[in-house]
Amino acid sequence: MPQTSIALAGADAPAKGRRPATRSFWRNVLRRLLRDPVTMTCFTILLLIVLAAIFAPYVAPHDPYRTSMARRLIAPGDARYWLGTDELGRDLLSRLIYGGRLSLFMGFAPVLMATAIGGALGVIAGYVGGAMNMLIMRVIDVFYAFPSVLLAVAISGVLGAGIGNTIFSLTLVFIPPVARVAESVATQMRMQDFVEAARATGAANWRIVLAHVVPNVTGPILSYASSLISVSIVLAAGLSFLGLGITPPEPEWGLMLNTLRQSIYVAPLNAVLPGVMIFITSMCFNLMSDGLHSAMDVKQ
Amino acid sequence: MLVYILRRILYTVPIAMGVSLVCFALIHIAPGDPLSAIIPEGASPDTVAQIRVAYGFDRPLPVQYLKWLAHVAQGDFGLSIMTQRPVLAEVAPALVNTLTLAAAAVLFGFVLGCLLGVASGYLAGRPTDKVVTAASITGVSIPHYWLGMVLMVIFAVNLNLLPATGMGEGGSGTFGLGWDSLQYLVLPALTLSVIPAGIIARSVRGTIAEVRKQDFMQTLHAKGLPGRRIFVHVVKNALPSVLAVMGLQLAQLLGGSILVETVFSWPGTGFLLNNAIFTRDLPVLQGTILVLAMFFVLINLAVDVLQTVVDPRIKRA
Repeated sequence: MPQTSIALAGADAPAKGRRPATRSFWRNVLRRLLRDPVTMTCFTILLLIVLAAIFAPYVAPHDPYRTSMARRLIAPGDARYWLGTDELGRDLLSRLIYGGRLSLFMGFAPVLMATAIGGALGVIAGYVGGAMNMLIMRVIDVFYAFPSVLLAVAISGVLGAGIGNTIFSLTLVFIPPVARVAESVATQMRMQDFVEAARATGAANWRIVLAHVVPNVTGPILSYASSLISVSIVLAAGLSFLGLGITPPEPEWGLMLNTLRQSIYVAPLNAVLPGVMIFITSMCFNLMSDGLHSAMDVKQ
Repeated sequence: MLVYILRRILYTVPIAMGVSLVCFALIHIAPGDPLSAIIPEGASPDTVAQIRVAYGFDRPLPVQYLKWLAHVAQGDFGLSIMTQRPVLAEVAPALVNTLTLAAAAVLFGFVLGCLLGVASGYLAGRPTDKVVTAASITGVSIPHYWLGMVLMVIFAVNLNLLPATGMGEGGSGTFGLGWDSLQYLVLPALTLSVIPAGIIARSVRGTIAEVRKQDFMQTLHAKGLPGRRIFVHVVKNALPSVLAVMGLQLAQLLGGSILVETVFSWPGTGFLLNNAIFTRDLPVLQGTILVLAMFFVLINLAVDVLQTVVDPRIKRA
């Protein structure tokens, strides 16, 4: 839980000797993660998927774009096409391997951008306070007032399909919750004695923010952002599934699920395969995020 | 408490205004001229200018917004470009269908989530707890649109037990409480309930486990209170935070139903929204989103008020 990690991070951040203190906190977290079998299993699975996606040209047995009317919807278990073929006769295994590139990218990119932007907005709102806080947080509240799927669909729907638009709409969806987390921690930080002390010694605001606020906000934000990755993967694939994300013929899991849906009565196994990949990655990211949560929870 | 509730209601007004502003802006961030779908091909510049004036698009944006808002406040969301019917006439029946689906999903998901959560909260650390925790993480991680397809393959295609898509022959008009109608509801509602069930199970588990660790639990045990009376105390203490999660999930469910409705061709708001997007029917798109978002705002308000009512510890200034 974020609160506990805040308490810890707040306690171990004296003004000057900050560096060794934070390093040992993160080193502890890493040690706990390495010892957690669930986290390590998920990490290994994800690593394999990521490596396969990166080295797709060497790993994939066939060309993911090559269509063939003669080989349409071959069932999984075929000697040549292990996982079968799709509605245009393209090798499913190769497309799943290549598909990891876009699908994983769409999971990370919006979360990274939202963490940077939302984190910055939250820290500014929390540290400056007053009218600035009102201004930023009320605008954030308005966007927070939309259900996340609805906001993503609305913006992608209006702007049209495409990688850039999908990333933009998902970033917009994730900024408000990240900003809220950052704001609440930053507000607490502003009241802390060591921040007061730093101010009394004449430290500039930017210095206090960089040396005291940002390091303490990092933990809760990272812990929260890690839980967003699986949401982002499922949502991005969902947008592609609706035809609002990636455009054909790119291999991407959500889009593959969308086009194969037409064949669900003919070749149900082929049709549900891309969803298995979305499910596995989302599950692994969730379990890893849980692992990170408890590794950062010093109460245990 | 009354003061807090009144303040909370007042606070909803600027949020609702902001939400309406975002919905208004949607049309204007759309690439291309918002009128392009209405203007007939090869229209003369004069005609285009006339249409522009007729729709008020020649005015400055703030004026346009206020005029639009005035219309919306009176229930006038404009005309659908595709059907030429009032947007509200399109959205209202769809909203009823979405709410039907959401109600079924809520009933199933919330009950299941609470049961699982209470069971694993009481048995923290035991095998039951581990199984429930694993199940709830699965529920949270699963892409529900995919789960819908899998359920469709199993129950509609392979076992032929339930209808795959739609709402029945008569559509929403003849939808009732008989099995003829309800059988169409089973798969989409089940699909939609998985995420809230997972999230609620997790949060109920956490809250219950936390409450049971508090000191007063020992006092209750020490004074010899029977288990079910203690359970009442646990529920009372866990309720406020569980309510908050439930409210949020109910609202997310309304938004999330767009994917499930698309998979099962359920004629709700999500289905309507999807069609509006692909036919570039911007007024319907805007109207649907506005209605859903306002619903979301109202649910949040209701949850906050309810929380204050059930939890006397919350004394919000």
